[in-house]
Amino acid sequence: MRVFIVGCGRVGAGIAERLARAGHDVTVIDINTEAFARLEPDFPGAAVRGDGTDEDVLRRAGAQGADLFYSLTEGDNRNILAAQLAAESLDVGRVVAKINDPVRSEAYAALGIATICRTAMLVDALGEYAGLPIEPGVRGVSEATGIHPGGEHHAAPAAQEV
Amino acid sequence: MYVIVIGGGKVGYYLTKELLAAGHEIVLLEKDPRRARQIADEVGSIVLARDGCEGKHLAEAGANRAAIVAAVTGDDEDNLVVCQMAKHHFDVPRTIARVNNPKNEELFRHLGVDDIISPTRMILGAVEQDIPVHELLHLAQLEGGDLEVMEAQIADGSPAIGRRPGDIDLPDGCTMFVVIRDEVAQAIRPETVFQVGDKVIAITRTDCQLDLHRELIGSAAVPAG
Repeated sequence: MRVFIVGCGRVGAGIAERLARAGHDVTVIDINTEAFARLEPDFPGAAVRGDGTDEDVLRRAGAQGADLFYSLTEGDNRNILAAQLAAESLDVGRVVAKINDPVRSEAYAALGIATICRTAMLVDALGEYAGLPIEPGVRGVSEATGIHPGGEHHAAPAAQEV
Repeated sequence: MYVIVIGGGKVGYYLTKELLAAGHEIVLLEKDPRRARQIADEVGSIVLARDGCEGKHLAEAGANRAAIVAAVTGDDEDNLVVCQMAKHHFDVPRTIARVNNPKNEELFRHLGVDDIISPTRMILGAVEQDIPVHELLHLAQLEGGDLEVMEAQIADGSPAIGRRPGDIDLPDGCTMFVVIRDEVAQAIRPETVFQVGDKVIAITRTDCQLDLHRELIGSAAVPAG
């Protein structure tokens, strides 16, 4: 599987390592080369410096037609823009955006992008630890619940194991 | 008319002042509290020190009754998110985004932003007008960017020399309407014969630019812009 990751922070570097070690073809892009220090020296994937919200940059880095695209920078809106570029212009199979604002996370799931919300996951986990009743909260990636306004071919995909 | 402006940079600041002067009801959202206060000192309490990308702040600002939301921050991603939230969650009839990277224009339009303003493209168009190369020049955008007014200069080697409009093979989306000859603009008539030095003004769909280029400029077709 060809995987493209925008943002080489702790999360981006972590999933890049794990997928690359599992034998997948992984490219991770970050605007800051220092971020690549988070990767192991023998990281088996590709690390590219560049702006992951720029369509030309993504194309040159080989994002076109990737099977899976993770948008994992620290900026919710950057992740949203990169994810929508991937879905609309780069013909990527599956796209997941990290959106830490729960309202925006839910909104974009309804707009056809799979989202993962750290805030909602942590609040759920911490509440559960405190003995609050377990709510049917957000456990991981929320699959898209709606249709992307830009194109029906990115309608909520059938859930698949990553 | 109720207008919400997002982003209190230079564009947002002057936009707010102009709209106020024109008698509209305005709220400006600027996330930097210092900048927000600075503007509020001048224009009054219509400035909220809030991040317009957050749904709840748009709701507080009354997005559900806004006629227009204009996202004019310096960051394309923020402007896109504001417009999408306004459109899809608050049913705002008209959303306007400032776009800095011209490559983002198509995506924004595709995702439902109603009006896209690209200062980069406008300045690019102005620069191109001053460059004496024989390419197509962008003069103006119409219909939200679907149509463009273009200028083509007929130079030596153009396949249009000596031909009439009826002999020129252009698709339906492309209409030539004026020729500027010796600095005089004349309507293009069926009997007009194109000659070297003519500047032909056409309205064209974006996807017909290559045809226009081939017929009037000739040689290798390089789309302007």
